[in-house]
Amino acid sequence: MNSLIITSLEQGLIFAVLAMGVTITYKILDIADLSVEGTFPLGAFVFAKFAMAGFSPITSSLLAFGYGSLAGLVTALLFVKLKIRPLLAGILTMTMLYSFNLRLNGKANIPLFSLNSLFSDISALVLMVAVVIGIKLLLDAFLKTEIGYLLITTGDNEALVRSLGENSNKYKIIGLMLANGLVALSGSLMAQYQGFVDITMGASIIVVALASIIIGETVSKSSSFLSITTRAIIGAVSYKLIGGIAIDLGMSPTDLRAISAIIVIVFISYNNFSSPFIKSIKKQGGKARVKSKKPLEEL
Amino acid sequence: MLKVRNLWKSFNSDTDFQIDVFEGFNLEIEKNTCTAIIGPNGCGKSTLLNLVSGSLPVDKGKIILNNEDITSLPEEKRALKLGRVHQSPSMGVSPSLTILENLSLANKKGETFSLRGLVKKKNLEMFIQMLQDLDLGLEDKLHTQVKYLSGGQRQSLSLIMAAMKHPDLLLLDEHTAALDPKTSHVVMEKTRELLQKHHITTMMVSHHMGDALKYSQRIIMLDKGKIILDKPSADVSENELLDIYKAKLAERIIA
Ligand SMILES: Nc1ncnc2c1ncn2[C@@H]1O[C@H](COP(=O)(O)OP(=O)(O)OP(=O)(O)O)[C@@H](O)[C@H]1O
Ligand SMILES: [Mg+2]
Repeated sequence: MNSLIITSLEQGLIFAVLAMGVTITYKILDIADLSVEGTFPLGAFVFAKFAMAGFSPITSSLLAFGYGSLAGLVTALLFVKLKIRPLLAGILTMTMLYSFNLRLNGKANIPLFSLNSLFSDISALVLMVAVVIGIKLLLDAFLKTEIGYLLITTGDNEALVRSLGENSNKYKIIGLMLANGLVALSGSLMAQYQGFVDITMGASIIVVALASIIIGETVSKSSSFLSITTRAIIGAVSYKLIGGIAIDLGMSPTDLRAISAIIVIVFISYNNFSSPFIKSIKKQGGKARVKSKKPLEEL
Repeated sequence: MLKVRNLWKSFNSDTDFQIDVFEGFNLEIEKNTCTAIIGPNGCGKSTLLNLVSGSLPVDKGKIILNNEDITSLPEEKRALKLGRVHQSPSMGVSPSLTILENLSLANKKGETFSLRGLVKKKNLEMFIQMLQDLDLGLEDKLHTQVKYLSGGQRQSLSLIMAAMKHPDLLLLDEHTAALDPKTSHVVMEKTRELLQKHHITTMMVSHHMGDALKYSQRIIMLDKGKIILDKPSADVSENELLDIYKAKLAERIIA
């Protein structure tokens, strides 16, 4: 295999962890959580801090997950307790994290080449496949538990959660913590993979995550048996492969961000316009359109 | 069973748009009866149910259920004693989950939710029995996502979910209003069967005079937050109710 493809695969798998995290907020809870723009670099900075203090790469990566969850908790509390809208709550956490990340090591970028990383003794591809499959299986199992189902139902129909005697806010908190933990873990993996930490690492990372999720959904649209975690993984890897090939074909890496945003726009509109609404126009004309719209609205 | 004492509720208080829905409202509901609540649009029927369920806070007054003052209990705590079916068929179910998953959730109500698996084989037979009792063929669709069901099917599912744990009080807010007449009839019949079988005390809001009379033991008509009729259903005729409605409507037009 060509080295570009391998690099794209490896990075795609690192982004798969990010995409699985964002899937929890974006797909399950139906929240656009921007705090991930801060928690992705947070994971990297936390890793750097603890790895430089002599902690093992495994411990440092797990600490990155822990710090990420705490950042998720901050967003959740802003949202749930102080009633700040989720979009703004995420932006506020992201803004606070910017300062926090800089304070953590007192520097905006840190080289990690001299330190041990998870990738020191094992091929990045092999390790990332194992990590991604492990996280996927854990998440799938979690979503089949009583608490997991309540998380899904919180995104689906909060009133039902309350009618079951449960406080739906609890599940928003769990979801945001889990999601941001995974995003921070992904950030720490990226730091270890590229060998440095940089304050700009998180910029537009939400677009990368959304692009991955949306590509994953579109690519595997016809196969409804695929779980949302599998879709996120397929999406993240496809996204990175597409990006890698584009750069290989001569596109400037700095243009990639705009391309990511365009990918999100194109795929979301493709999904919107291939809904039953459009199909019914194509097939049956006006009357059927009104009919088929109604159940959509009800949902 | 349920006592509503000196209830006050306004919306948009201290603005030009203030609406005083209840001003010192009182009501008592007896155990094991179905009480139908009727009245023109905006008279406060849904607001009353929302205040009882805790979806809305009261301004003043007390809600007492089984001699316990529940006025300050949050909605999810009250929910343990209550069941509720709304007008919209998607309000009572989790659309992206299957029938089996929805029933399994409803069956956990009142217990602690943990990291154990939700769907258990041992409940399967009970769920299939419940669905067979509904007679809508849902027992063959256990693994179908609820969003693919019709409104009537979803509403029937909401009903058995709300009633599964035999709530002390069941609140039905126009739960057949979104259904066609035939389906509405089927769901009303199922409602009656369930209520009788498990002796569930019920407050049922309806705009359908015939249904309200047929399926309840007591009928209450509200107008502008006040009770203007309160009789055993057997002692009222549909025409009598319609006459009061017309009179009220005429009053409004003149006023
Ligand atoms: N959340 C709210 N905010 C402001 N006003 C409200 C709210 N809910 C209800 N109202 C007002 O309170 C009054 C009673 O409304 P409610 O929904 O209880 O009526 P209803 O009897 O259920 O009517 P319908 O038969 O149309 O369902 C109406 O004037 C309504 O406009
Ligand atoms: Mg109403």
